Amino acid sequence: MKDFIEGSDAVARAVALCRPGVISAYPITPQTHIVEFLASMVADGKLKSQFINVESEHSAASLVLGASAAGERVFSASSSQGLILMSEVLFNIAGMRMPVVLACVNRALSAPINIWNDQQDSMAVRDSGWIQLYAETGQECGDLIFQAYRLAESPEVRVPVMVCLDGYLLSHGLEVVDVPEAAEVDKFLPPYRPTEKLDPAVPMTFGPLAGPDYYLEIRHDLHAAMRGALKLIPSIAADFSRQFGRNSGGLVEAYRLEDAELAIVAAGSVCGTIKEAIDALRQEGVKAGLLRLVTYRPFPEEAVSAALAGVGRVAVLDKAISLGATGPIYADLATALVRGKHQARVNGYIAGLGGRDITIETIREIFTRLSGEEVSAGFVGLKG
Amino acid sequence: MSVNINSRPGSARNNRTGSWRVDRRPKFLRQNCIACRLCLLVCPEGIITGKAKNSFETDYVYCKGCGLCAAVCPKKDIEMIPEDTETEG
Repeated sequence: MKDFIEGSDAVARAVALCRPGVISAYPITPQTHIVEFLASMVADGKLKSQFINVESEHSAASLVLGASAAGERVFSASSSQGLILMSEVLFNIAGMRMPVVLACVNRALSAPINIWNDQQDSMAVRDSGWIQLYAETGQECGDLIFQAYRLAESPEVRVPVMVCLDGYLLSHGLEVVDVPEAAEVDKFLPPYRPTEKLDPAVPMTFGPLAGPDYYLEIRHDLHAAMRGALKLIPSIAADFSRQFGRNSGGLVEAYRLEDAELAIVAAGSVCGTIKEAIDALRQEGVKAGLLRLVTYRPFPEEAVSAALAGVGRVAVLDKAISLGATGPIYADLATALVRGKHQARVNGYIAGLGGRDITIETIREIFTRLSGEEVSAGFVGLKG
Repeated sequence: MSVNINSRPGSARNNRTGSWRVDRRPKFLRQNCIACRLCLLVCPEGIITGKAKNSFETDYVYCKGCGLCAAVCPKKDIEMIPEDTETEG
């Protein structure tokens, strides 16, 4: 059924259709709407889940970790400082191979305190062992939730998934979103059946000590599972497309790249603006294209390298920065292109930090600068 | 997964911590023991057993050689001896 709703509502309705046994989160702007919608559904008896209030994001993450270990499908959501407060537990959830799904509503990190959108929060936990998917539209916010549970709970993956959506731009922006029927979702997402769970009748320790004799192997297993997800993500997206009749998710999306000479690589809602800019540039005879990263972790090196074959100049737009180095996507992309023996020249640009608007003009500026100075972390739109 | 990351009860027994000993192990002299049980209580591995005077012993498969039993013994009836000394216990 189509409805005119916020991205937050699209996430909440998708989560409800996946019927998690336990939901826990702590309110933080701009994530709060998601859990408010879910709390309403539980309070109104429309969703049979336990919604558990906690005193911090650290507790929310710990709670869903415990509930997941007890064999339940679980959900949490956070933003910015909240996600960072969760970070200790995020590493534990991944290390213990719990198929938790969390929505990160992307927001800048303090200081200075700033409640607006960039992607520094999720990028700061990119090494935690979570799969990270970035939505472009309100529709995709919901669609990625269904795919996230399928992926996380697949026995060959068993890795938590973070669905990232840009704060305000997606979370509070209203769009027409097609919300599927429950029976359709049930066909796509089977009930969660854990292979092992916390059960007093069959005692088991989750998260025991692993010394130097096994830690390396356990980390390798997690890495291998993440790399294995690179095969499963496109097949789940294809299944989704077959069943629901629209394309969402996958590893990457190529937009007008076939004959492109210049390309931008980016993730999230900014890609909508980039597509508009590319359409305008194409009309002016500039052969521009976009490579949108849907999956950022695991990093789809081969898909990226193949999609950019033949592109002479590549600009990476990061809405986050590893301070003193480069934007995170730039670093990964440059590595992928070197490994793919690519000849493209790659520049890195930092834009939109702390909610600075990225307009079609900003994108045009990036394409213009791409023909000039070589930069790895060139800030766009800096005031003099 | 090549390694099972969850474990069943009692699996700590698989960690043969006796291999942690560096160069000394406790020797129970069994001469002046008063059966105060301090050695048994202080052992971090819980592997010292015994009831009557001069009957206490440890399990070298798990003894890490920390020396707490020797240090706590009020009668100095436990001695840390070099690992290569040949004794019965």
